[in-house]
Amino acid sequence: MSAVLLEARGLSKRFGGVVALDRLDLAVAPNEIIGLIGPNGSGKTTFFNVATGIYGSDGGTVSFAGADITRASPQAVYHAGISRTFQRSRLSLPLSIFDNIMIGNHKRLSQGLWFNLMRRAAFKREFEAAYGAARALVEVFEPQLTGRMFEPVAGLPMIDRRRIEICRALVSQPKLLLLDEPSAGMTHEETTELMDDILQVRARNRDLTIIIVEHEMGVIERITDRCVVLNFGRKIAEGPYRQVAADRQVQEAYLGVA
Amino acid sequence: MVGEGDRSSQASWLPGAAALALGTVYVIALLAVEKQSFIIGLLALAIVAALAANWLGWLAPVSRSFAEHEDRLGGLAIVAAVAVAAFFHDNHFVLLLVVTVLLYTVATLGLNIQFGYAGVLNFAGASFFGIGAYTSAVLNAHTAVPHLLVLLTGGLIAALIGSLLLLPVLRTRGHYAALVTIAFALLLKTFLEVNDVLGGPQGLQVKGMKLFGWSFNDNLSIGRIDLSFYLSYFVVSLLLLIAAFVLVRRLERSWIGLNLDALRLDETAASCFGLDIARWKITAFTLGNFLIGIAGALFGMVGGFVAPNNYTFADSLILVSILLLGGIGNPWGLVVATVIVVVIPEKLQTIQEYRFLLYALLVIVVLLFRPEGLLPRPVRRYFPGWRP
Repeated sequence: MSAVLLEARGLSKRFGGVVALDRLDLAVAPNEIIGLIGPNGSGKTTFFNVATGIYGSDGGTVSFAGADITRASPQAVYHAGISRTFQRSRLSLPLSIFDNIMIGNHKRLSQGLWFNLMRRAAFKREFEAAYGAARALVEVFEPQLTGRMFEPVAGLPMIDRRRIEICRALVSQPKLLLLDEPSAGMTHEETTELMDDILQVRARNRDLTIIIVEHEMGVIERITDRCVVLNFGRKIAEGPYRQVAADRQVQEAYLGVA
Repeated sequence: MVGEGDRSSQASWLPGAAALALGTVYVIALLAVEKQSFIIGLLALAIVAALAANWLGWLAPVSRSFAEHEDRLGGLAIVAAVAVAAFFHDNHFVLLLVVTVLLYTVATLGLNIQFGYAGVLNFAGASFFGIGAYTSAVLNAHTAVPHLLVLLTGGLIAALIGSLLLLPVLRTRGHYAALVTIAFALLLKTFLEVNDVLGGPQGLQVKGMKLFGWSFNDNLSIGRIDLSFYLSYFVVSLLLLIAAFVLVRRLERSWIGLNLDALRLDETAASCFGLDIARWKITAFTLGNFLIGIAGALFGMVGGFVAPNNYTFADSLILVSILLLGGIGNPWGLVVATVIVVVIPEKLQTIQEYRFLLYALLVIVVLLFRPEGLLPRPVRRYFPGWRP
């Protein structure tokens, strides 16, 4: 494997006159946990959206595991091994926990019309195997939810929805997981619990690389190997959390110039 | 499979069977009664009974037993349909009504794949139904194609003509895609009216069905009992409905059904998990039109006649209102809703002219008080009664 899993070079994205990403260079090594931090509107989510193909870029390149994915569709990015969660929960509320997790399992499920409609015995075997995988994953995050796999997620509290969203992103065993503010809308204790669960999944799968966007600095300090700080779409600092937290430019970006 | 002594299964099949039996008796009574005041009384009774059952909490066990014992109750529903047909074995009018219900249900099952699952609103349902009927008219008149193949061809041609709409439907979303289908319905009607090859505004005769040398339009008799010739059409229509029902059920209870739900609810999220949006919308739209076309092809043979005015935008609205009324995404709801929408105006002659007013009222009342339809779609269970 190459020493760099995901690499952005000179990546730019403009919305009209607003420069959301300004010639961003970013390199993520395999197995790293990277914290992507910065004030609101500094381009963190935009970076996720450009990297996953939701937005096209206005300059620069993104490569993943040695292949150029700058112009790849969201579908191709997923198939290459990148999964994500969304800042605002994007679960399908009327669908069950199991269904939502299976949406994330798309590439490992047989999609043929004939298989799905006519070969019901084979479909049932695949269904049971997929159920086992989903259940095992949910067990890590919240064992109580394993008894409610066929209930709609609309009835679940925020923390459980977050958990299901992370299960949906993890079930296909991606190489890179992009977490967009997993703590949004949750209490401090809930966030701690969720992070413990994510670390537990990673402990079993050492190949998993994570980029996490987060405002809760306690989370960033505890779980990341390295941080990248953005401001106005530009990288203003990079390094271990303690180092960037002490950086004068970073303090100014967050607190304003005294 | 759920057997007789299966302890892990919690719901009994009996409430479902009881509801089915009551419903069958009621439908027979409604179809048999002629006097307008009796019919109004029966309808009022149904509304009161439904509200009372809801109030007493009797509907939940019924829906649970349908959810867990669908195969068995589906078998009973077939028996019920046969019982209704047997009761009216010599009554042309009622049997035609029953056949209409069966074929409209097949058509709405097709719409259900498109709108209920994939979220593609098709306001040209009646047009694709009509395309099926025109296919029968032309093929039965000019070729010797076996009539079962004619039905299949009707479906294929509807799907093929529908594929002309794919590009605009895929490039637009929501209301705009619906507008594309409305435009298509108007275009098709105009095209049929000015095209003399297809009979122009007068339309075409459709020759009746013949299967294996058996002509459906001859009256039958068993011993000394005379049977309506519609009974043959009833059998074929029922078989078609069973096939369509099983197909739609399997589709919903598969990864494809999940894909369709996922792209309807959130295209962006679905894309981020590898779903090819265009592929699945095309699958749903084409499969839906195929079902509608087959139903139309058979309906053309039943009615013996097809004209542009039979399949207008207004008829498409009726199909959509059945979908809204029954419960989007629930095939059982579609059966109930089709019975209501097709049978009531035929029986209540006094309101015939106001039928569209009735549909409009019905849809508004349902959307206000029960927005998910009479029988809301339950959460997907891939195998009814399956437990980990």
